[in-house]
Amino acid sequence: MNTHVTMAALPSAIRRQQYARNLAPVLFLAPAVALLVTFLVYPLGQSFHLSLLEWNGLGENSVFVGLSNWAVLVQDTVFWHALGNNLLLAVVSVLVQLPVAMALALLLDKAGRGSRTLKILYFLPLLFSSVALGVIFKNVYDPNFGPINAVLQTLGAPALAQDWLGDRSYALGAVAAVICWQNIPFYMILFLAGLASFPPELREAATLDGASNSTIFWKIKLPHLQGTVRTAAMLAVIGSLRYFDLIYVMTGGGPEGASELMATYMYRTVFSSFQLGYGSTIASAMFLVVTLIAAFGMRLTKRFETEV
Amino acid sequence: MTTLTLTQPRLPTRGVIWTLALAWLAVTLLPLVFVVFTSLKSQQDTFDSPVWALPSHFDWSHYAGILQSGFLTYLRNSLFVVGASVTLILVISAMAAYALARLKFRFNKPLFGLIVAAMIVPLHITLVPIYLMTKGIGLYDTPFALIGPYVAMSLPVSIFILAEFMRQIPRELEEAAQLDGCGPFAIFRKVFLPLSGPGVATVAIYNGIHLWNEFIFAYVLTSSPGTRTLPLSLWDFQGEYSSNIPAMLAVVTLTSLPLIVAYAFGQERIVKGMMAGSLKG
Repeated sequence: MNTHVTMAALPSAIRRQQYARNLAPVLFLAPAVALLVTFLVYPLGQSFHLSLLEWNGLGENSVFVGLSNWAVLVQDTVFWHALGNNLLLAVVSVLVQLPVAMALALLLDKAGRGSRTLKILYFLPLLFSSVALGVIFKNVYDPNFGPINAVLQTLGAPALAQDWLGDRSYALGAVAAVICWQNIPFYMILFLAGLASFPPELREAATLDGASNSTIFWKIKLPHLQGTVRTAAMLAVIGSLRYFDLIYVMTGGGPEGASELMATYMYRTVFSSFQLGYGSTIASAMFLVVTLIAAFGMRLTKRFETEV
Repeated sequence: MTTLTLTQPRLPTRGVIWTLALAWLAVTLLPLVFVVFTSLKSQQDTFDSPVWALPSHFDWSHYAGILQSGFLTYLRNSLFVVGASVTLILVISAMAAYALARLKFRFNKPLFGLIVAAMIVPLHITLVPIYLMTKGIGLYDTPFALIGPYVAMSLPVSIFILAEFMRQIPRELEEAAQLDGCGPFAIFRKVFLPLSGPGVATVAIYNGIHLWNEFIFAYVLTSSPGTRTLPLSLWDFQGEYSSNIPAMLAVVTLTSLPLIVAYAFGQERIVKGMMAGSLKG
């Protein structure tokens, strides 16, 4: 009798354990997957769906127009200009932010005392919200009351004083300067971590072989940091392609569209012109551009890693 | 070898680099000094004296005025939204990270790949659908409207960081717990959660700071001063104080103060936490 009970209980216990083992991943992942589907996957699909409609967002009066929004987009000079600005921002970010960040990282890596304080102070801009930075630098650039023009006037170069954010030729550059100002410390810390992992034996060996400091940097350290630099470049490019906040706060994409980015154009089309369909077409196009470039970039950097 | 050395650009000397470093320090700090000083000037001062002149007297009236006109409501909303979001993010991402790091199931690898890929999605593409959804379910213009999108947008990077962290927890600990009769749920609670402290702290700091400063979703999903978060206080006050420069910069100072104070207490942790979201290749 006894054996009979254990014989029957055993399979059911195993089955229960098996069941728990199969069910566990589902239960652990369910909340995350549900949220990601609701707020990421579904909106992503919905955006492409909306891109096929003509709709002002109010009521049920949407009209299915097929690919005609996409046909308009291909010929839309404002969109291409905005994409151009995004790419320009990406190039400036890589060519300005990374070298300056590398120079600062090299200094902090060498300077023993004082470097910690410098690092802490350099990092401050990253703590500010984009709205706060926008308000700060709108005042810094202010043509009448701002410190930049005041300094130029005092230095005897009033001709150089400009309406920085109000002038078509300067607006994008002026905001790009703020973006660099805020992000350089980020890349500096990234490079600093890379430099910290540089094995000191390598440097000693090179010095024994008579290599100069500059040779050590260009021939050994920089190649050692190759992966970090590539990652930084990719982050800078992706960040630039999806940039929105500071441009929106400081110039709103203006004057006359001079500093328009894909995201600000999308925002304006949806929430100012109430063209939800066409705005979603812009958003979807932006998604495609970023995904293609990121996928390409990721092939180059090959792997993901993080440090906790 | 010699030709190679000749063609390489020379590195600047130590003196030059230090000069540049101090110049960069000035570039970093001067705008912030300008903000604090100007916020303490009277409005008359900004018209009468040059920008770099010290305030003729410290005028705290702007700060008092802002604190009395609803600023604390923005602060309360921010604390609520960020607090609730970060709590949910930690629980949900720790669970998912554990499953992806340690449990065996068929779609583990592809699912992890998808979550990593989600880190690069430009969130703006979700803005309009989430706006419509929020209006549809009646959460528009409430602080609750932000929590769902905030948690979801933070999950990919949080799961990624925590999964990488949990993969480094020794398998022996897990096996020992298994021998003691622990199932996956008990192992998660008794082994992985307690040992993931540093990873959890990093995820909390990283998301806490990003969500504290988040702008576009807060801007689109809420509209009245009573429901908006701190970054939006600047936006709303901008209409009110459009020509009052010191008052505007006082708002900037007040909204930025909480993070600066937090930073004063834990610079290393915050720097580390904010860098964790970046990919290292």
